[in-house]
Amino acid sequence: MKNKLTNTLRRFLPFLGVIVALAIHLLIEDSDEHPEAEEAYYTWILYFFLVTTFILGIVSTFVKKLKKSLEYSGAFWGGVGIVVAIIDIVIGKLALFPVLFFPKYDNILAQFFEGYEIILKCIWHSTKLLVTGFLYGAGFGFVTGVLLGFNKKFNYWINPYIKLIGPIPATIWIPISLTIFPTTFGASVFIIALSVWFSVALMTSSAIQAVPKAYFEVSRTLGASSAFQIFRVGIPAAMPSIFLGVFYGIISAFLALMTAEMFGVKYGIGWYISWQKAMLVYSGVYAGIIVIAVYCMLILTLLFKLRDKILNWQKGTLKW
Amino acid sequence: MVAENIENVKGAIHIDNLVKTFISNEGETVAALNGVNLDIPAGSFVSLIGPSGCGKTTLLRQIAGLAEPTSGGVFVDGKKITKPGADRGFAFQQATLFPWLNIRDNISLGLRARHVYKEHKQDVDEFIETVGLKGFEKSYPHELSGGMNQRASLARALVGHPDILLLDEPLGALDAFTRMAMQDEIHRLWKKYKTTMVMVTHDVDEALYLSNYVVVMKARPSKIEQVIKIDLPFPRVRTQDTFVLYRKKILEILNFAGKIPEPEYYL
Ligand SMILES: Nc1ncnc2c1ncn2[C@@H]1O[C@H](COP(=O)(O)OP(=O)(O)OP(=O)(O)O)[C@@H](O)[C@H]1O
Ligand SMILES: [Mg+2]
Repeated sequence: MKNKLTNTLRRFLPFLGVIVALAIHLLIEDSDEHPEAEEAYYTWILYFFLVTTFILGIVSTFVKKLKKSLEYSGAFWGGVGIVVAIIDIVIGKLALFPVLFFPKYDNILAQFFEGYEIILKCIWHSTKLLVTGFLYGAGFGFVTGVLLGFNKKFNYWINPYIKLIGPIPATIWIPISLTIFPTTFGASVFIIALSVWFSVALMTSSAIQAVPKAYFEVSRTLGASSAFQIFRVGIPAAMPSIFLGVFYGIISAFLALMTAEMFGVKYGIGWYISWQKAMLVYSGVYAGIIVIAVYCMLILTLLFKLRDKILNWQKGTLKW
Repeated sequence: MVAENIENVKGAIHIDNLVKTFISNEGETVAALNGVNLDIPAGSFVSLIGPSGCGKTTLLRQIAGLAEPTSGGVFVDGKKITKPGADRGFAFQQATLFPWLNIRDNISLGLRARHVYKEHKQDVDEFIETVGLKGFEKSYPHELSGGMNQRASLARALVGHPDILLLDEPLGALDAFTRMAMQDEIHRLWKKYKTTMVMVTHDVDEALYLSNYVVVMKARPSKIEQVIKIDLPFPRVRTQDTFVLYRKKILEILNFAGKIPEPEYYL
Protein backbone atom coordinates (compact mmCIF):
# COMPACT_ATOMS: atom_id res chain seq x y z
CA MET A 1 0.00 0.00 0.00
CA LYS A 2 2.70 2.42 1.04
CA ASN A 3 4.75 1.39 -1.98
CA LYS A 4 1.90 2.14 -4.33
CA LEU A 5 1.53 5.59 -2.81
CA THR A 6 5.18 6.49 -3.28
CA ASN A 7 5.04 5.21 -6.84
CA THR A 8 2.05 7.45 -7.57
CA LEU A 9 3.89 10.32 -5.96
CA ARG A 10 6.90 9.61 -8.15
CA ARG A 11 4.83 10.05 -11.27
CA PHE A 12 3.76 13.48 -10.06
CA LEU A 13 7.22 14.66 -9.05
CA PRO A 14 7.71 16.51 -12.38
CA PHE A 15 4.47 18.32 -11.64
CA LEU A 16 5.72 19.22 -8.16
CA GLY A 17 8.99 20.43 -9.67
CA VAL A 18 7.09 22.83 -11.93
CA ILE A 19 5.04 24.06 -8.96
CA VAL A 20 8.24 24.86 -7.06
CA ALA A 21 9.69 26.74 -10.03
CA LEU A 22 6.44 28.60 -10.60
CA ALA A 23 6.00 29.48 -6.91
CA ILE A 24 9.51 30.88 -6.68
CA HIS A 25 9.08 32.84 -9.88
CA LEU A 26 5.75 34.35 -8.91
CA LEU A 27 6.46 35.00 -5.22
CA ILE A 28 9.87 36.66 -5.57
CA GLU A 29 10.36 39.83 -7.59
CA ASP A 30 12.89 39.82 -10.42
CA SER A 31 15.93 42.01 -9.81
CA ASP A 32 15.38 45.37 -11.50
CA GLU A 33 18.86 45.28 -12.98
CA HIS A 34 17.42 43.10 -15.76
CA PRO A 35 15.75 44.81 -18.69
CA GLU A 36 12.06 43.91 -18.73
CA ALA A 37 10.82 41.59 -21.49
CA GLU A 38 7.74 42.39 -23.53
CA GLU A 39 5.78 39.53 -22.02
CA ALA A 40 6.07 37.10 -19.11
CA TYR A 41 7.33 34.31 -21.38
CA TYR A 42 8.87 32.28 -18.59
CA THR A 43 5.57 32.24 -16.68
CA TRP A 44 3.78 31.09 -19.84
CA ILE A 45 6.20 28.25 -20.28
CA LEU A 46 5.86 27.22 -16.64
CA TYR A 47 2.05 27.16 -16.96
CA PHE A 48 2.40 25.07 -20.08
CA PHE A 49 4.55 22.51 -18.25
CA LEU A 50 2.29 22.67 -15.22
CA VAL A 51 -0.56 21.43 -17.37
CA THR A 52 1.43 18.87 -19.35
CA THR A 53 3.12 17.27 -16.34
CA PHE A 54 -0.23 17.03 -14.60
CA ILE A 55 -1.86 15.43 -17.63
CA LEU A 56 1.09 13.05 -18.00
CA GLY A 57 0.73 12.05 -14.36
CA ILE A 58 -2.97 11.28 -14.82
CA VAL A 59 -2.61 9.53 -18.20
CA SER A 60 0.26 7.38 -16.95
CA THR A 61 -2.14 5.76 -14.47
CA PHE A 62 -3.75 4.03 -17.43
CA VAL A 63 -0.84 3.52 -19.83
CA LYS A 64 1.43 0.82 -18.49
CA LYS A 65 4.55 1.68 -20.43
CA LEU A 66 4.35 5.36 -19.56
CA LYS A 67 3.72 4.44 -15.94
CA LYS A 68 6.89 2.39 -15.72
CA SER A 69 9.08 5.00 -17.36
CA LEU A 70 7.61 7.85 -15.33
CA GLU A 71 8.03 5.96 -12.07
CA TYR A 72 11.67 5.65 -12.99
CA SER A 73 12.40 9.10 -14.41
CA GLY A 74 9.88 11.15 -12.42
CA ALA A 75 12.37 12.04 -9.70
CA PHE A 76 14.88 13.22 -12.29
CA TRP A 77 12.43 15.59 -13.97
CA GLY A 78 11.30 16.86 -10.58
CA GLY A 79 14.97 17.62 -9.95
CA VAL A 80 15.19 19.49 -13.23
CA GLY A 81 12.39 21.74 -11.94
CA ILE A 82 14.46 22.50 -8.83
CA VAL A 83 17.61 23.24 -10.87
CA VAL A 84 15.65 25.60 -13.12
CA ALA A 85 14.27 27.34 -10.03
CA ILE A 86 17.74 27.72 -8.49
CA ILE A 87 19.08 29.31 -11.67
CA ASP A 88 16.07 31.63 -11.60
CA ILE A 89 16.97 32.71 -8.06
CA VAL A 90 20.67 33.20 -8.76
CA ILE A 91 20.24 35.07 -12.05
CA GLY A 92 16.72 36.43 -12.29
CA LYS A 93 16.00 37.26 -8.67
CA LEU A 94 19.38 38.15 -7.19
CA ALA A 95 21.33 39.08 -10.35
CA LEU A 96 24.52 37.70 -8.77
CA PHE A 97 26.28 37.88 -12.16
CA PRO A 98 26.50 40.77 -14.63
CA VAL A 99 23.07 40.89 -16.28
CA LEU A 100 24.53 41.70 -19.70
CA PHE A 101 26.15 38.26 -19.94
CA PHE A 102 23.62 36.38 -17.79
CA PRO A 103 20.13 37.42 -18.93
CA LYS A 104 17.07 36.15 -17.14
CA TYR A 105 14.74 33.50 -18.60
CA ASP A 106 12.16 35.95 -19.94
CA ASN A 107 14.76 37.61 -22.15
CA ILE A 108 16.15 34.36 -23.51
CA LEU A 109 12.68 33.06 -24.27
CA ALA A 110 11.83 36.34 -25.94
CA GLN A 111 14.39 35.46 -28.61
CA PHE A 112 12.34 32.38 -29.48
CA PHE A 113 8.95 34.03 -29.26
CA GLU A 114 9.92 37.16 -31.14
CA GLY A 115 12.64 35.86 -33.44
CA TYR A 116 11.48 32.33 -34.25
CA GLU A 117 11.41 33.06 -37.94
CA ILE A 118 15.11 33.72 -38.21
CA ILE A 119 15.94 30.87 -35.82
CA LEU A 120 13.95 28.40 -37.93
CA LYS A 121 15.64 29.69 -41.04
CA CYS A 122 19.02 29.16 -39.41
CA ILE A 123 18.11 25.64 -38.30
CA TRP A 124 17.00 24.80 -41.82
CA HIS A 125 20.19 26.19 -43.30
CA SER A 126 22.41 24.28 -40.88
CA THR A 127 20.47 21.09 -41.48
CA LYS A 128 20.92 21.36 -45.23
CA LEU A 129 24.66 21.82 -44.81
CA LEU A 130 24.99 19.08 -42.25
CA VAL A 131 22.99 16.48 -44.14
CA THR A 132 24.68 17.15 -47.48
CA GLY A 133 28.16 17.20 -45.99
CA PHE A 134 27.49 14.18 -43.82
CA LEU A 135 26.13 12.06 -46.67
CA TYR A 136 29.10 12.84 -48.92
CA GLY A 137 31.59 12.31 -46.12
CA ALA A 138 30.06 9.10 -44.81
CA GLY A 139 29.68 7.68 -48.31
CA PHE A 140 33.23 8.40 -49.40
CA GLY A 141 34.55 7.45 -45.97
CA PHE A 142 32.84 4.09 -46.12
CA VAL A 143 34.18 3.32 -49.58
CA THR A 144 37.67 4.47 -48.61
CA GLY A 145 37.55 2.37 -45.45
CA VAL A 146 36.40 -0.74 -47.29
CA LEU A 147 39.14 -0.33 -49.89
CA LEU A 148 41.76 0.27 -47.21
CA GLY A 149 40.54 -2.71 -45.24
CA PHE A 150 40.41 -5.22 -48.06
CA ASN A 151 42.81 -4.05 -50.72
CA LYS A 152 46.50 -4.37 -49.81
CA LYS A 153 47.71 -2.29 -52.77
CA PHE A 154 45.30 0.53 -52.06
CA ASN A 155 46.33 0.40 -48.43
CA TYR A 156 50.02 0.60 -49.34
CA TRP A 157 49.70 3.58 -51.68
CA ILE A 158 46.95 5.58 -50.04
CA ASN A 159 47.02 4.92 -46.31
CA PRO A 160 50.06 7.10 -45.54
CA TYR A 161 48.40 10.13 -47.14
CA ILE A 162 45.25 9.51 -45.17
CA LYS A 163 47.25 9.22 -41.98
CA LEU A 164 48.93 12.51 -42.83
CA ILE A 165 45.86 14.49 -43.82
CA GLY A 166 43.24 12.87 -41.62
CA PRO A 167 44.19 14.10 -38.16
CA ILE A 168 44.41 17.76 -39.25
CA PRO A 169 41.24 19.40 -37.93
CA ALA A 170 39.02 19.87 -40.96
CA THR A 171 38.26 23.44 -39.93
CA ILE A 172 41.85 24.43 -40.71
CA TRP A 173 40.90 24.12 -44.38
CA ILE A 174 38.11 26.68 -44.12
CA PRO A 175 40.09 29.66 -45.48
CA ILE A 176 41.42 27.58 -48.37
CA SER A 177 38.11 25.94 -49.27
CA LEU A 178 36.36 29.31 -49.16
CA THR A 179 38.65 30.49 -51.94
CA ILE A 180 38.48 27.29 -53.96
CA PHE A 181 34.71 26.79 -53.95
CA PRO A 182 32.55 29.31 -55.78
CA THR A 183 29.91 29.31 -53.04
CA THR A 184 30.21 29.29 -49.27
CA PHE A 185 27.67 26.48 -49.30
CA GLY A 186 30.01 24.28 -51.35
CA ALA A 187 32.94 25.26 -49.17
CA SER A 188 31.19 24.31 -45.95
CA VAL A 189 29.84 21.06 -47.38
CA PHE A 190 33.40 20.19 -48.29
CA ILE A 191 34.68 20.94 -44.79
CA ILE A 192 31.92 18.92 -43.14
CA ALA A 193 32.35 16.03 -45.56
CA LEU A 194 36.10 16.04 -44.96
CA SER A 195 35.71 15.72 -41.20
CA VAL A 196 33.14 12.91 -41.48
CA TRP A 197 35.14 11.16 -44.16
CA PHE A 198 38.20 10.72 -41.98
CA SER A 199 36.57 9.19 -38.94
CA VAL A 200 34.34 6.88 -40.99
CA ALA A 201 37.23 5.75 -43.21
CA LEU A 202 39.53 5.15 -40.26
CA MET A 203 37.01 3.21 -38.19
CA THR A 204 35.82 1.19 -41.18
CA SER A 205 39.27 0.13 -42.31
CA SER A 206 40.54 -0.75 -38.85
CA ALA A 207 37.32 -2.60 -38.07
CA ILE A 208 37.60 -4.66 -41.23
CA GLN A 209 41.21 -5.50 -40.49
CA ALA A 210 40.18 -6.59 -37.00
CA VAL A 211 37.55 -9.07 -38.23
CA PRO A 212 38.61 -12.52 -36.98
CA LYS A 213 40.39 -14.46 -39.70
CA ALA A 214 38.30 -17.47 -38.77
CA TYR A 215 35.17 -15.80 -40.21
CA PHE A 216 36.80 -15.60 -43.62
CA GLU A 217 38.13 -19.15 -43.36
CA VAL A 218 34.68 -20.46 -42.54
CA SER A 219 33.16 -18.68 -45.51
CA ARG A 220 35.94 -19.86 -47.82
CA THR A 221 35.37 -23.51 -46.89
CA LEU A 222 31.70 -22.91 -47.68
CA GLY A 223 32.60 -21.81 -51.20
CA ALA A 224 32.14 -18.06 -50.76
CA SER A 225 33.39 -15.71 -53.49
CA SER A 226 35.52 -12.66 -52.70
CA ALA A 227 32.51 -10.39 -53.12
CA PHE A 228 30.56 -12.49 -50.65
CA GLN A 229 33.44 -12.33 -48.19
CA ILE A 230 33.56 -8.55 -48.46
CA PHE A 231 29.88 -7.72 -48.40
CA ARG A 232 28.38 -10.54 -46.39
CA VAL A 233 31.19 -11.34 -43.97
CA GLY A 234 33.71 -8.51 -43.57
CA ILE A 235 31.36 -5.53 -43.62
CA PRO A 236 28.65 -6.98 -41.37
CA ALA A 237 31.29 -8.12 -38.89
CA ALA A 238 32.79 -4.64 -38.90
CA MET A 239 29.42 -2.88 -38.67
CA PRO A 240 29.52 -2.05 -34.93
CA SER A 241 32.81 -0.20 -35.28
CA ILE A 242 31.73 1.40 -38.55
CA PHE A 243 28.77 2.74 -36.65
CA LEU A 244 31.11 4.12 -34.03
CA GLY A 245 32.94 5.90 -36.85
CA VAL A 246 29.66 7.39 -38.07
CA PHE A 247 28.96 8.46 -34.52
CA TYR A 248 32.31 10.24 -34.14
CA GLY A 249 31.86 11.53 -37.67
CA ILE A 250 28.64 13.30 -36.93
CA ILE A 251 30.14 14.91 -33.84
CA SER A 252 33.10 16.26 -35.78
CA ALA A 253 30.74 17.28 -38.58
CA PHE A 254 28.80 19.32 -36.09
CA LEU A 255 31.96 20.97 -34.83
CA ALA A 256 33.03 21.73 -38.39
CA LEU A 257 29.60 23.11 -39.19
CA MET A 258 29.61 25.48 -36.25
CA THR A 259 33.12 26.68 -37.01
CA ALA A 260 32.36 27.14 -40.69
CA GLU A 261 29.26 29.14 -39.88
CA MET A 262 31.10 31.34 -37.45
CA PHE A 263 33.77 32.00 -40.07
CA GLY A 264 31.92 33.25 -43.05
CA VAL A 265 28.84 31.31 -43.99
CA LYS A 266 25.75 33.47 -43.76
CA TYR A 267 22.82 31.93 -41.86
CA GLY A 268 22.95 28.83 -39.74
CA ILE A 269 22.92 28.36 -36.00
CA GLY A 270 26.64 29.03 -35.62
CA TRP A 271 26.29 32.24 -37.57
CA TYR A 272 23.29 33.23 -35.44
CA ILE A 273 25.30 32.86 -32.25
CA SER A 274 28.27 34.89 -33.46
CA TRP A 275 25.94 37.53 -34.87
CA GLN A 276 24.09 37.88 -31.56
CA LYS A 277 27.38 38.02 -29.72
CA ALA A 278 28.68 40.75 -32.02
CA MET A 279 25.62 42.78 -31.14
CA LEU A 280 26.12 42.01 -27.44
CA VAL A 281 22.70 40.32 -27.30
CA TYR A 282 23.64 37.52 -24.93
CA SER A 283 20.08 36.32 -24.57
CA GLY A 284 20.32 35.46 -28.28
CA VAL A 285 23.58 33.60 -27.67
CA TYR A 286 21.89 31.46 -25.04
CA ALA A 287 18.92 30.87 -27.30
CA GLY A 288 21.34 29.64 -29.96
CA ILE A 289 23.07 27.35 -27.50
CA ILE A 290 19.75 25.86 -26.44
CA VAL A 291 18.89 25.24 -30.07
CA ILE A 292 22.21 23.47 -30.61
CA ALA A 293 21.79 21.33 -27.52
CA VAL A 294 18.30 20.19 -28.48
CA TYR A 295 19.38 19.69 -32.09
CA CYS A 296 22.36 17.51 -31.12
CA MET A 297 20.25 15.48 -28.77
CA LEU A 298 17.71 14.80 -31.50
CA ILE A 299 20.41 13.70 -33.95
CA LEU A 300 22.03 11.39 -31.42
CA THR A 301 18.69 9.89 -30.44
CA LEU A 302 17.95 9.26 -34.09
CA LEU A 303 21.35 7.67 -34.56
CA PHE A 304 20.92 5.40 -31.55
CA LYS A 305 17.49 4.33 -32.78
CA LEU A 306 19.00 3.52 -36.16
CA ARG A 307 21.80 1.57 -34.54
CA ASP A 308 19.39 -0.49 -32.46
CA LYS A 309 17.57 -1.33 -35.65
CA ILE A 310 20.60 -2.26 -37.76
CA LEU A 311 22.67 -3.85 -35.01
CA ASN A 312 19.82 -5.66 -33.33
CA TRP A 313 21.95 -8.80 -33.06
CA GLN A 314 24.49 -6.97 -30.96
CA LYS A 315 22.13 -6.30 -28.10
CA GLY A 316 23.20 -9.27 -26.04
CA THR A 317 26.87 -9.21 -26.91
CA LEU A 318 28.01 -5.66 -26.26
CA LYS A 319 26.84 -2.27 -25.08
CA TRP A 320 28.07 1.27 -25.50
CA MET B 1 46.24 -47.90 -46.40
CA VAL B 2 44.82 -49.90 -49.26
CA ALA B 3 42.53 -47.97 -51.50
CA GLU B 4 39.36 -49.98 -51.22
CA ASN B 5 36.61 -47.62 -52.26
CA ILE B 6 33.37 -47.92 -50.37
CA GLU B 7 30.84 -47.54 -53.21
CA ASN B 8 31.50 -43.83 -53.63
CA VAL B 9 33.88 -42.58 -56.30
CA LYS B 10 34.37 -39.01 -55.08
CA GLY B 11 36.33 -37.77 -52.13
CA ALA B 12 39.46 -39.92 -52.13
CA ILE B 13 42.33 -38.16 -50.34
CA HIS B 14 45.99 -38.76 -51.07
CA ILE B 15 48.53 -37.06 -48.85
CA ASP B 16 52.03 -37.06 -50.23
CA ASN B 17 55.01 -36.40 -47.97
CA LEU B 18 53.32 -33.35 -46.47
CA VAL B 19 55.48 -30.95 -44.49
CA LYS B 20 54.20 -27.82 -42.78
CA THR B 21 56.45 -25.60 -40.72
CA PHE B 22 55.66 -22.42 -38.85
CA ILE B 23 57.98 -19.68 -37.72
CA SER B 24 57.26 -19.00 -34.06
CA ASN B 25 57.35 -15.51 -32.56
CA GLU B 26 60.86 -16.18 -31.28
CA GLY B 27 61.92 -16.90 -34.84
CA GLU B 28 62.27 -20.65 -34.35
CA THR B 29 61.00 -23.08 -36.95
CA VAL B 30 58.25 -25.36 -35.65
CA ALA B 31 57.38 -28.40 -37.73
CA ALA B 32 53.66 -28.95 -37.26
CA LEU B 33 53.67 -31.76 -39.83
CA ASN B 34 56.84 -33.64 -40.52
CA GLY B 35 56.40 -35.69 -43.70
CA VAL B 36 52.90 -37.14 -43.55
CA ASN B 37 51.85 -39.86 -46.01
CA LEU B 38 48.28 -41.07 -45.94
CA ASP B 39 45.70 -42.48 -48.32
CA ILE B 40 42.06 -42.14 -47.46
CA PRO B 41 39.69 -44.10 -49.72
CA ALA B 42 36.62 -42.28 -50.94
CA GLY B 43 33.67 -42.71 -48.65
CA SER B 44 35.59 -43.97 -45.64
CA PHE B 45 35.48 -42.68 -42.11
CA VAL B 46 38.88 -41.81 -40.67
CA SER B 47 39.60 -40.59 -37.17
CA LEU B 48 42.76 -38.69 -36.25
CA ILE B 49 43.84 -39.14 -32.68
CA GLY B 50 46.94 -37.96 -30.89
CA PRO B 51 48.33 -35.71 -28.17
CA SER B 52 47.57 -32.00 -28.16
CA GLY B 53 49.81 -30.05 -30.53
CA CYS B 54 50.70 -33.02 -32.72
CA GLY B 55 49.35 -31.31 -35.83
CA LYS B 56 45.81 -32.67 -36.22
CA THR B 57 44.23 -29.31 -36.91
CA THR B 58 47.12 -28.40 -39.18
CA LEU B 59 46.52 -31.56 -41.21
CA LEU B 60 42.79 -30.82 -41.59
CA ARG B 61 43.57 -27.25 -42.66
CA GLN B 62 45.92 -28.61 -45.32
CA ILE B 63 43.20 -30.88 -46.69
CA ALA B 64 40.78 -27.96 -46.63
CA GLY B 65 43.27 -25.84 -48.56
CA LEU B 66 43.26 -23.07 -45.96
CA ALA B 67 47.06 -22.88 -45.84
CA GLU B 68 49.91 -23.58 -48.26
CA PRO B 69 52.00 -26.66 -47.54
CA THR B 70 55.71 -26.07 -46.96
CA SER B 71 56.43 -29.06 -49.19
CA GLY B 72 54.57 -32.09 -50.44
CA GLY B 73 50.85 -31.87 -51.05
CA VAL B 74 47.30 -33.05 -50.67
CA PHE B 75 45.41 -34.53 -53.60
CA VAL B 76 41.66 -35.04 -53.73
CA ASP B 77 40.49 -37.38 -56.48
CA GLY B 78 43.87 -36.88 -58.11
CA LYS B 79 43.77 -33.08 -58.09
CA LYS B 80 46.20 -31.06 -56.04
CA ILE B 81 44.57 -28.86 -53.42
CA THR B 82 45.52 -25.18 -53.66
CA LYS B 83 42.53 -23.42 -52.13
CA PRO B 84 39.36 -24.12 -50.15
CA GLY B 85 36.24 -25.29 -51.91
CA ALA B 86 32.69 -26.28 -51.11
CA ASP B 87 33.55 -29.91 -51.94
CA ARG B 88 35.42 -30.05 -48.63
CA GLY B 89 33.28 -29.04 -45.66
CA PHE B 90 34.96 -28.02 -42.42
CA ALA B 91 33.49 -28.02 -38.93
CA PHE B 92 35.95 -25.99 -36.92
CA GLN B 93 37.20 -26.71 -33.41
CA GLN B 94 35.49 -23.46 -32.33
CA ALA B 95 31.93 -23.05 -33.57
CA THR B 96 32.71 -19.67 -35.23
CA LEU B 97 29.14 -18.80 -36.04
CA PHE B 98 28.48 -15.30 -37.32
CA PRO B 99 26.99 -13.31 -34.44
CA TRP B 100 24.93 -11.07 -36.75
CA LEU B 101 23.04 -13.97 -38.32
CA ASN B 102 20.44 -16.10 -36.62
CA ILE B 103 20.91 -19.86 -36.44
CA ARG B 104 19.00 -20.57 -39.62
CA ASP B 105 20.89 -17.97 -41.64
CA ASN B 106 24.16 -19.23 -40.22
CA ILE B 107 23.38 -22.76 -41.32
CA SER B 108 22.30 -21.70 -44.78
CA LEU B 109 25.34 -19.44 -45.25
CA GLY B 110 27.17 -21.76 -47.66
CA LEU B 111 24.08 -22.35 -49.77
CA ARG B 112 23.55 -18.61 -50.07
CA ALA B 113 27.20 -18.03 -50.89
CA ARG B 114 26.87 -20.44 -53.80
CA HIS B 115 23.44 -19.11 -54.81
CA VAL B 116 21.72 -22.48 -54.36
CA TYR B 117 19.71 -21.62 -51.28
CA LYS B 118 16.29 -21.71 -52.94
CA GLU B 119 16.72 -25.26 -54.20
CA HIS B 120 17.97 -26.53 -50.86
CA LYS B 121 15.66 -24.79 -48.42
CA GLN B 122 14.33 -28.14 -47.26
CA ASP B 123 17.81 -29.44 -46.59
CA VAL B 124 18.31 -26.59 -44.14
CA ASP B 125 15.18 -27.56 -42.24
CA GLU B 126 16.22 -31.19 -42.29
CA PHE B 127 19.63 -30.48 -40.83
CA ILE B 128 18.26 -28.10 -38.22
CA GLU B 129 16.11 -30.96 -37.08
CA THR B 130 18.98 -33.45 -37.29
CA VAL B 131 21.18 -31.45 -34.95
CA GLY B 132 18.25 -30.82 -32.63
CA LEU B 133 17.92 -27.08 -33.06
CA LYS B 134 14.31 -26.98 -34.14
CA GLY B 135 12.63 -24.01 -32.52
CA PHE B 136 15.88 -22.08 -32.29
CA GLU B 137 16.08 -21.05 -35.94
CA LYS B 138 15.44 -17.41 -35.11
CA SER B 139 17.79 -17.28 -32.13
CA TYR B 140 21.17 -15.60 -32.32
CA PRO B 141 24.35 -17.54 -31.43
CA HIS B 142 24.91 -15.60 -28.20
CA GLU B 143 21.51 -16.73 -26.99
CA LEU B 144 22.42 -20.42 -27.21
CA SER B 145 24.76 -22.68 -25.29
CA GLY B 146 28.22 -23.61 -26.54
CA GLY B 147 27.06 -27.11 -27.42
CA MET B 148 24.11 -25.80 -29.40
CA ASN B 149 26.41 -23.46 -31.29
CA GLN B 150 28.70 -26.33 -32.12
CA ARG B 151 25.79 -28.37 -33.43
CA ALA B 152 24.76 -25.41 -35.60
CA SER B 153 28.30 -25.21 -36.94
CA LEU B 154 28.14 -28.92 -37.74
CA ALA B 155 24.88 -28.43 -39.61
CA ARG B 156 26.41 -25.52 -41.53
CA ALA B 157 29.20 -27.79 -42.78
CA LEU B 158 26.85 -30.69 -43.55
CA VAL B 159 24.07 -28.91 -45.38
CA GLY B 160 26.08 -28.33 -48.55
CA HIS B 161 26.63 -32.10 -48.99
CA PRO B 162 30.40 -31.90 -49.47
CA ASP B 163 32.33 -34.91 -50.81
CA ILE B 164 34.66 -34.66 -47.86
CA LEU B 165 33.79 -33.53 -44.37
CA LEU B 166 36.60 -32.38 -42.09
CA LEU B 167 35.58 -32.44 -38.46
CA ASP B 168 37.81 -30.86 -35.82
CA GLU B 169 36.59 -32.25 -32.50
CA PRO B 170 33.01 -31.63 -33.55
CA LEU B 171 31.51 -33.01 -30.37
CA GLY B 172 34.08 -31.60 -27.97
CA ALA B 173 31.72 -29.16 -26.27
CA LEU B 174 28.82 -31.57 -25.83
CA ASP B 175 27.70 -33.45 -22.73
CA ALA B 176 28.08 -37.24 -22.77
CA PHE B 177 24.46 -37.92 -23.59
CA THR B 178 24.09 -35.49 -26.49
CA ARG B 179 27.48 -36.62 -27.64
CA MET B 180 26.42 -40.24 -28.04
CA ALA B 181 23.24 -39.18 -29.81
CA MET B 182 25.27 -36.99 -32.17
CA GLN B 183 27.67 -39.85 -32.85
CA ASP B 184 24.75 -41.94 -34.03
CA GLU B 185 23.58 -39.00 -36.12
CA ILE B 186 26.99 -38.55 -37.73
CA HIS B 187 27.11 -42.27 -38.46
CA ARG B 188 23.66 -42.14 -40.05
CA LEU B 189 24.63 -39.15 -42.19
CA TRP B 190 27.82 -40.84 -43.27
CA LYS B 191 25.90 -43.97 -44.30
CA LYS B 192 23.29 -41.90 -46.09
CA TYR B 193 25.49 -39.52 -48.07
CA LYS B 194 28.67 -41.64 -48.28
CA THR B 195 30.75 -38.59 -47.52
CA THR B 196 34.43 -39.12 -46.82
CA MET B 197 34.84 -38.21 -43.17
CA VAL B 198 38.06 -37.10 -41.51
CA MET B 199 37.44 -36.46 -37.84
CA VAL B 200 39.81 -35.26 -35.14
CA THR B 201 38.91 -36.56 -31.71
CA HIS B 202 40.45 -37.04 -28.30
CA ASP B 203 37.99 -39.77 -27.47
CA VAL B 204 39.24 -43.27 -28.35
CA ASP B 205 35.75 -44.75 -27.97
CA GLU B 206 34.29 -42.19 -30.32
CA ALA B 207 36.94 -42.98 -32.91
CA LEU B 208 36.28 -46.71 -32.59
CA TYR B 209 32.53 -46.29 -32.66
CA LEU B 210 32.53 -44.42 -35.96
CA SER B 211 35.62 -45.14 -38.04
CA ASN B 212 36.92 -47.51 -40.67
CA TYR B 213 40.42 -46.35 -39.85
CA VAL B 214 41.97 -44.80 -36.80
CA VAL B 215 45.10 -42.76 -37.50
CA VAL B 216 47.27 -42.35 -34.41
CA MET B 217 49.59 -39.34 -34.56
CA LYS B 218 52.52 -38.44 -32.36
CA ALA B 219 54.20 -35.18 -31.48
CA ARG B 220 57.80 -34.01 -31.69
CA PRO B 221 58.40 -34.76 -34.48
CA SER B 222 54.78 -34.66 -35.69
CA LYS B 223 54.14 -37.80 -37.68
CA ILE B 224 51.68 -40.56 -38.21
CA GLU B 225 52.52 -43.30 -35.73
CA GLN B 226 50.19 -45.99 -36.98
CA VAL B 227 47.05 -46.51 -39.05
CA ILE B 228 44.68 -49.11 -37.62
CA LYS B 229 41.93 -50.63 -39.71
CA ILE B 230 38.88 -51.31 -37.55
CA ASP B 231 37.41 -54.59 -38.77
CA LEU B 232 34.11 -54.46 -36.91
CA PRO B 233 30.63 -54.37 -38.39
CA PHE B 234 28.32 -51.40 -37.85
CA PRO B 235 26.52 -50.61 -35.62
CA ARG B 236 29.27 -51.10 -33.12
CA VAL B 237 28.81 -52.13 -29.53
CA ARG B 238 31.03 -50.34 -27.06
CA THR B 239 31.08 -53.26 -24.64
CA GLN B 240 31.95 -55.94 -27.17
CA ASP B 241 35.19 -57.86 -26.50
CA THR B 242 36.82 -56.98 -29.84
CA PHE B 243 35.87 -53.32 -29.36
CA VAL B 244 37.57 -53.35 -25.97
CA LEU B 245 40.63 -55.00 -27.50
CA TYR B 246 40.90 -52.27 -30.13
CA ARG B 247 40.61 -49.66 -27.43
CA LYS B 248 43.43 -51.27 -25.45
CA LYS B 249 45.60 -51.40 -28.55
CA ILE B 250 45.11 -47.74 -29.43
CA LEU B 251 45.73 -46.60 -25.88
CA GLU B 252 48.96 -48.58 -25.85
CA ILE B 253 50.11 -46.93 -29.06
CA LEU B 254 49.20 -43.52 -27.67
CA ASN B 255 51.16 -44.26 -24.55
CA PHE B 256 54.04 -45.43 -26.64
CA ALA B 257 53.76 -42.23 -28.67
CA GLY B 258 54.69 -40.45 -25.51
CA LYS B 259 51.47 -39.13 -24.10
CA ILE B 260 47.98 -40.07 -23.10
CA PRO B 261 45.60 -37.72 -24.91
CA GLU B 262 45.06 -34.70 -22.78
CA PRO B 263 41.63 -33.92 -21.38
CA GLU B 264 39.70 -31.32 -23.34
CA TYR B 265 39.09 -29.17 -20.33
CA TYR B 266 41.34 -28.23 -17.52
CA LEU B 267 39.87 -27.26 -14.20
N1 LIG C 1 49.56 -20.44 -37.27
C1 LIG C 1 50.52 -21.04 -36.53
N2 LIG C 1 51.66 -20.37 -36.24
C2 LIG C 1 52.63 -20.95 -35.51
N3 LIG C 1 52.55 -22.20 -35.02
C3 LIG C 1 51.45 -22.91 -35.27
C4 LIG C 1 50.37 -22.37 -36.03
N4 LIG C 1 49.39 -23.30 -36.11
C5 LIG C 1 49.85 -24.37 -35.43
N5 LIG C 1 51.08 -24.15 -34.92
C6 LIG C 1 51.88 -25.11 -34.16
O1 LIG C 1 51.80 -26.34 -34.80
C7 LIG C 1 51.65 -27.38 -33.86
C8 LIG C 1 50.44 -28.22 -34.19
O2 LIG C 1 49.28 -27.45 -33.99
P1 LIG C 1 47.83 -28.02 -34.21
O3 LIG C 1 46.88 -26.91 -33.96
O4 LIG C 1 47.74 -28.67 -35.55
O5 LIG C 1 47.71 -29.11 -33.06
P2 LIG C 1 46.48 -30.08 -32.70
O6 LIG C 1 46.96 -31.47 -32.87
O7 LIG C 1 45.27 -29.69 -33.46
O8 LIG C 1 46.30 -29.78 -31.16
P3 LIG C 1 44.95 -29.78 -30.30
O9 LIG C 1 44.59 -31.19 -30.05
O10 LIG C 1 45.37 -29.08 -29.03
O11 LIG C 1 43.93 -29.03 -31.05
C9 LIG C 1 51.60 -26.74 -32.50
O12 LIG C 1 52.87 -26.87 -31.91
C10 LIG C 1 51.33 -25.30 -32.77
O13 LIG C 1 51.98 -24.49 -31.84
MG1 LIG D 1 43.43 -28.80 -32.92
